[in-house]
Amino acid sequence: MSSFEPKIIAFCCDQSGYPSLEMAGRLGLRLPKNVEVVRVPCAGRIETIYLLRALERVADGILIFACYEENCQFLRGNLRVKSRLFYAYKILEKIGLEKERLEICNLSTNSGVRFVEVLQRKYDALKKLGPNPFTQKV
Amino acid sequence: MIKAEQKPMDEILGYIESYNKILLSGCGACVTVCHAGGEKEVELLSYSLKMARKKMGNPIEILEITPARQCEPEFALELKEMVQNVEAVLSIACGVGVQTLVRHYPNTPIFPGLNTTFLGETVIHGIWEERCQACGNCVLGKTGGICPISRCAKQLLNGPCGGSSNGKCEIKKEADCAWQLIYDRMKNLKQLHKLEEIIPAKRWGIESRDSGLRRIVREDLKV
Repeated sequence: MSSFEPKIIAFCCDQSGYPSLEMAGRLGLRLPKNVEVVRVPCAGRIETIYLLRALERVADGILIFACYEENCQFLRGNLRVKSRLFYAYKILEKIGLEKERLEICNLSTNSGVRFVEVLQRKYDALKKLGPNPFTQKV
Repeated sequence: MIKAEQKPMDEILGYIESYNKILLSGCGACVTVCHAGGEKEVELLSYSLKMARKKMGNPIEILEITPARQCEPEFALELKEMVQNVEAVLSIACGVGVQTLVRHYPNTPIFPGLNTTFLGETVIHGIWEERCQACGNCVLGKTGGICPISRCAKQLLNGPCGGSSNGKCEIKKEADCAWQLIYDRMKNLKQLHKLEEIIPAKRWGIESRDSGLRRIVREDLKV
């Protein structure tokens, strides 16, 4: 278990998550190992199926970096993804997977430090939670 | 349009537990509109089932398709090749779609993945409400266009009952009293006098479901 390196998919909104990632780079901050960034034009572009697909295929955990509520360039994108996340929680509950593997983080453009902190916290939490059984070969 | 909801996951898993390869078929019509059985829901359910079965140590292969309308023979027959390559079909169309597949594929087990709930209207996106019970003899012309059969808990044809309170139903507190709506509508249209006419009891046994299977035949359309 100690050699387990959780794979995290980080969906990053182009208005908040991705600029924060770039800022983290400029500040020389290091991301945890095994993080895959998926850049989206708005968090509202993320469908529930994307979360399931990622969990079924590769991810031990997923983080969605979206703008603060009431601060979405497209008005409701961050609220839409929040609703979809809650819908995904219901599905995970039905199929018996910990909902802690999915999380949303609201941040602003200049949140490079917070971006890395949240990812690191997720990495540590997933390390404790263990591998996603669906990505393991049966 | 027809409204439906997905069945509980345990029930669906129970139907398909002895099969290792199935076809999951949605429908591009009514159940797509109410987000219960469209292309998106097919994919979501497919992934959910695959994950659940994988967790049980009994993986399943699922083919996916969403014909334009599962309740029409032409579209149902599009599934032929896929149906031949699977052990069973899980349909997330309405009950009509499921039975259309049953009629065309007599040798393949077909299971429902949805509970067909009612004929309804989209109130706002994400909320659907019953509006019609297909009773066979529409009374909307006498009730200001508001259906007392589907919207009144007691199906009163000459309401309201004594339980209507502040415009709400006594059976379902969150529901508007259909007869209050009818009264308000007729008042607005300045046609309150029309409500003085007694609507006779419906002939449930002749024009509705009580007389058994209903059928419409149009000789001019037969090919």
